[in-house]
Amino acid sequence: MIEFHSVTKRFPDGTLAVEDFSLVLPSRKTTVFVGSSGCGKTTLLRMINRMIDPSSGSIEIDGVDIASGSAVALRRSIGYVMQNSGLLPHRRVIDNVATVPLLKGVKKVDAHTQAMELLDTVGLDRALAYRYPSQLSGGQQQRVGVARGLAVNPNILLMDEPFGAVDPIVRDDLQQELLRLQHDLDKTVVFVTHDIDEAFLLGDQVVILEKGAQIAQVGTPKEILANPASDFVASFIGADRGKRRLAVDSTVSRSGDDVVLVDGAGYVAGVIEAPGGVLPGAGAGVSTNSRARSVSNKTDQAGDA
Amino acid sequence: MLWLWDNLDLVLGLTADHVRLSIIPIVVGFIVCIPFGWLANRYTVARTILLTLGGVLFSIPSLALFVTLPALLGTRILDEANVVVALCIYAIAVMVRGAADAFSSVSRDVISSSTAVGFSAVSRFWTVEFPLAGPVLLASLRVVSVSTVSLLSVGSLIGVQSLGYLFINGYQRDFPEEILIGIVFTVIVAVLFDTILVLVGRLLMPWTRATRRRRWVTSATASVSA
Ligand SMILES: Nc1ncnc2c1ncn2[C@@H]1O[C@H](COP(=O)(O)OP(=O)(O)OP(=O)(O)O)[C@@H](O)[C@H]1O
Ligand SMILES: [Mg+2]
Repeated sequence: MIEFHSVTKRFPDGTLAVEDFSLVLPSRKTTVFVGSSGCGKTTLLRMINRMIDPSSGSIEIDGVDIASGSAVALRRSIGYVMQNSGLLPHRRVIDNVATVPLLKGVKKVDAHTQAMELLDTVGLDRALAYRYPSQLSGGQQQRVGVARGLAVNPNILLMDEPFGAVDPIVRDDLQQELLRLQHDLDKTVVFVTHDIDEAFLLGDQVVILEKGAQIAQVGTPKEILANPASDFVASFIGADRGKRRLAVDSTVSRSGDDVVLVDGAGYVAGVIEAPGGVLPGAGAGVSTNSRARSVSNKTDQAGDA
Repeated sequence: MLWLWDNLDLVLGLTADHVRLSIIPIVVGFIVCIPFGWLANRYTVARTILLTLGGVLFSIPSLALFVTLPALLGTRILDEANVVVALCIYAIAVMVRGAADAFSSVSRDVISSSTAVGFSAVSRFWTVEFPLAGPVLLASLRVVSVSTVSLLSVGSLIGVQSLGYLFINGYQRDFPEEILIGIVFTVIVAVLFDTILVLVGRLLMPWTRATRRRRWVTSATASVSA
């Protein structure tokens, strides 16, 4: 469990990046910080591993103030994955993955054996182990970054827009992989993104932030979708534009058991199974020429996370 | 050519002196530039002072420096030390700028992610920043190596043994062949040093070649598929 107690960060140049932030991040869950650029997400994340020290307030991990021990020891116990992977360009993949165990004095043979297993874990071919990071694709580099983050078997994994720089298809892949990993490994993940869809997909707890890391709303994706706390949240999650509110399309003639769903703006959002014209859970027949039933997308996806 | 065979011992002896005396400034320049370059990269004030000082020192004519140093160092006027110290000063002046550039060429992201995963400041410097600064450091070191080898010849004007002796002697005797041989051997020494530096660089920084090879492969596949 990670607890922020009235944390404020003012940078030497006067920028107030985080103002009086308090929050509990539950263990073994994924908490996602989401908000627009410059709202203080990275600052929050970096305060957890003491890359940045708060100006006031305190942060506790499992009840222990993180400021009490050594920063280097703390960082070695927490996995960290960032955009553009931050891999060491002069070390081969395998040494990158083994970086922290080697720093901690694990024998090279053991560290390498474990690093090979981690490559399997993150779905990378072992044949890539002896390449340099520059010889990998962006998506592969991100996987190496995740493997490195997992190498010390940390309880906590910090991820700062890890999938921000890869194309949508690879990002989908990496997101699914992370969901699978999280299912198997049960880490406390703190994930930063400015993509609300990613936040809803990955987060057990989603924290929507405004400038100065002011919490606009905290909750599960379902809670937030069902009850946006403010106009800001509604607009941030796209509810105000009708993006989340889906309706059965009335113009397409139905063939088979699928009906087409459109969003508030009339764009096609997907299809839904409706055997015999009945929407599952709806309990009533759906007629293709009425907008009798609307369904929120993303919620069911997020519910699996 | 005949002159060379008759005077081979002299020429080889001078070459050996030339190699011995130029190695010192190159090594000293490389070692001293590391803390100074780090300082210059870290603190803006240090950067301004060090680079200005370096620029001023480098602009002093070599002969002037050779003849002033005995007064400053308390050495005898013909002492080798004068020339070696002067060349060390030039080497440091060039290398400090090079090292400052080299350290600032290291990606901020890589440095901050190294800190994030738990490198201490010292281990991060030696195992991340220093090696990654390597390619740019090597580039300045090659410049210093060539300039040291050629400047050393000037030292012969104040009586320090080096291949420069052949220029002076050949000039005084109006004997171009000797001057030519002086030039050829100086070039050989310079090329030898440069080759060694490049090879050592390749050996110590294999990742730089990996990157280049990949680019080449990528462009080759691109042109094949095009
Ligand atoms: N070292 C620093 N010195 C001064 N100001 C800073 C520093 N780092 C961040 N800031 C400022 O603090 C605020 C929050 O920055 P932060 O990096 O936490 O934003 P972010 O939410 O991660 O944004 P992004 O999505 O663009 O990464 C911004 O206004 C930024 O300019
Ligand atoms: Mg950020």
